[in-house]
Amino acid sequence: MSAVIESHDDHHHGPAKGLTRWLFTTNHKDIGTLYLWFSFTMFLIGGAMALVIRAELFQPGMQIVEPEFYNQMLTLHGLIMVFGAVMPAFVGLANWLVPMMVGAPDMALPRMNNLSFWILPFAFLMMLSSLFMEGGAPNFGWTFYAPLSTTYAPPSVTFFIFSVHILGASSIMGAINVIVTIMNMRAPGMTLMKMPLFVWSWLITAYLLIAVMPVLAGAVTMMLMDIHFGTSFFNAAGGGDPVLFQHIFWFFGHPEVYIMILPAFGIVSHIISTFSRKELFGYSSMVWAMVSIAILSFVVWAHHMFTVGMPLAAELFFMWATMLIAVPTGVKVFNWVATMFRGSITYETPMLFAIAFVVLFTIGGFSGLMLAITPADFQYHDTYFVVAHFHYVLVPGAIFSIMAAVYYWLPKWCGNMYDERLGRLHFWLSFIGVNVTFFPQHFIGLAGMPRRIPDYALQFADWNMVSTVGAFLFGASQILFLFIVVRTVMGGKKATPEVWEGAQGLEWTVDSPPPYHTFSTPPEVK
Amino acid sequence: MSTYEKYYVPEQSRFPIYAATSLFILVMGAASTINALGQPDSMSKYILYAGLASFGATLFFWFRKVVQEHLAGLDSAQLNQSFVYGMAWFIFSEVMFFAAFFGALFYVRTFSVPWLGGEGEKGLANMLWENFQSTWPLLTTPDLGAAYTVPEKSMSFPGWDKILTWLPLWNTIVLLSSSVTVHMAHINLKAANKNKFNIWLGVTVSLAIFFVFLQALEYYEAYEHYGLTLNSGIYGSTFFMLTGFHGFHVMMGGLMLSVMLIRSVFYNHFKPDPHEHFGFEAASWYWHFVDVVWVMLFMFVYIL
Repeated sequence: MSAVIESHDDHHHGPAKGLTRWLFTTNHKDIGTLYLWFSFTMFLIGGAMALVIRAELFQPGMQIVEPEFYNQMLTLHGLIMVFGAVMPAFVGLANWLVPMMVGAPDMALPRMNNLSFWILPFAFLMMLSSLFMEGGAPNFGWTFYAPLSTTYAPPSVTFFIFSVHILGASSIMGAINVIVTIMNMRAPGMTLMKMPLFVWSWLITAYLLIAVMPVLAGAVTMMLMDIHFGTSFFNAAGGGDPVLFQHIFWFFGHPEVYIMILPAFGIVSHIISTFSRKELFGYSSMVWAMVSIAILSFVVWAHHMFTVGMPLAAELFFMWATMLIAVPTGVKVFNWVATMFRGSITYETPMLFAIAFVVLFTIGGFSGLMLAITPADFQYHDTYFVVAHFHYVLVPGAIFSIMAAVYYWLPKWCGNMYDERLGRLHFWLSFIGVNVTFFPQHFIGLAGMPRRIPDYALQFADWNMVSTVGAFLFGASQILFLFIVVRTVMGGKKATPEVWEGAQGLEWTVDSPPPYHTFSTPPEVK
Repeated sequence: MSTYEKYYVPEQSRFPIYAATSLFILVMGAASTINALGQPDSMSKYILYAGLASFGATLFFWFRKVVQEHLAGLDSAQLNQSFVYGMAWFIFSEVMFFAAFFGALFYVRTFSVPWLGGEGEKGLANMLWENFQSTWPLLTTPDLGAAYTVPEKSMSFPGWDKILTWLPLWNTIVLLSSSVTVHMAHINLKAANKNKFNIWLGVTVSLAIFFVFLQALEYYEAYEHYGLTLNSGIYGSTFFMLTGFHGFHVMMGGLMLSVMLIRSVFYNHFKPDPHEHFGFEAASWYWHFVDVVWVMLFMFVYIL
């Protein structure tokens, strides 16, 4: 801890020993690993909650849990998956990959990087501890609409609010770190338009995070003031408006859903290009498509609120603006397909996940288009159709891309190849599980089953049963994923530096596993 | 271009985990204290104090370490550039935080209050409280004060005859002047006039303290003489939250500038080269940002 540091000409410096390595680390690879394991833990906890939900919905009527507890599971499942599983997983990938991809020695602000991570376990400890508080955990859904989350909230909402505050601080610091690393630490010769697409996707994601996490902080602060200090932001009796909450929340919330998908676009672009053994088709259009999606994400938020009673002009504006997003998204999907066209494709596990991503994410995108049509949305709103839509873009979308990334880069990270047969088995089980779970939800949604209820009418029974079976299959197959990853980290066939035939990028020029400090001297990029 | 054999990647550090732990104690304490409001014998506030103290101490030692590293010559121009970008993006995040509250203000003024008063496309909302008429500043509430304490007066522009006793005008003058003085300090620093730098910076800090004093006076007036409180409906809510968060940021900015003043006067830090005074420059950026927020507040909260 003295002011004297080791010279960085010393390339043989390795990690510290023991627990303090992880507590005090400033190394982007260590922090990336922490993020990824944390995210996987949260994925299993949030997944267990999803299984409680699905078990209750296996049959109509109340069987397993009380409605009040069901609501708590529903709320915590959403919050944990969004803030605990998907976002930290992408930050973990950014930590591992961005410095290596741009040829930097580490993240730009290494100590702040560690702080960003270590806030997360505390924040979720706080959020989960609310399960044991008087009145139970938050029960108002992950969107925490007022007045459910203000006037009618359990006392633990205060802990939820502060937990969201520090989660936001963590995200903002993490995003600043990524942005500064990309802007300031690129190797000589790596111009913006030579950056790998994963780096581009994270540059845009980080910008979105810095723009909207403070708005979320504002929203929960207003809740806190309304609940405890007599303000009336979300109370019409004082001149406020509960709908104001929805506007502020979704001004955060819509960019937030792109925060959870843009890094996936980057990952999938890398993987499809590698396993098609072709340059990515339309690199610059991919970049501009992501930029367009990010800009549009700020002007579409009220498509989540079509039935709330907005003026007609607003309904129309948000409908057209939302449908406009299909254009850049379509550019991306066609570019991925064009990359595969006439490629020498092989179907290793990452490629299977990536192709499934393209197909299933597109299904989620199309149901999004259906929901964007205001008059149609009056029918779909708050039904299981919406649940099916966003689970299609988040599970076989974001989560599949994270799994694809783990299979693709894990040999680079730990130096061992995973078991290809087990990997493919994991893929097929997940693929079948996810579709059996979520595809039937389109049907019951269109038939009118409302979301967020523990009981339902008899006519929805069959497809709910199917959906529950699929959910348990999907959940169980993630234990296989855990097994595969642990086994690969422990040992296995040694990976070469390139790992994959035809993989492009600076991270494939260093050993597998890479030295603890990569690129102490910047590489030359031509 | 970049030469980063020299990029300083610190060795293991205890600061982050201390900061995360104390932040956790701080927010647990804050949430428990708030939930126990009205129970004076609750011990929760001591958790809050412990969190505040340990978090503040961690930040103090962390920043001190960064300053020491700078003085030891460990930071390259490139690392300095990381701080420059980092501060800029941090200020952008603060802009978005205020945007949420300004957005709420615009929304209630343009939509929800007029609708509740029966105007506009969703004027049907008037059926909730039929006697309510929309005005701004809203000196009553839609429920006509049933659940709220209605103020007698607003903080808005009182007319030209009373302009000289109108506190927000003086606040504006004080804060705008402080932006000029901090800029004067910067000019003198770059011209290597260390004494003048200290004086101008000292004037800036004094103006910051004076601003906070005037703001406290205004709050006292509001609570004691106008009956305007947090509980006065949406006008009081937006007024106190916007000016309150702004005031809090003034205190933070004032604290930063004070630290810079102490560093300059007692430790002779900062040299004319931009690489040698970014700590001060970052604080001055923050100060200008706080000033711009005030100009927006003056326009949209007090005048229009």
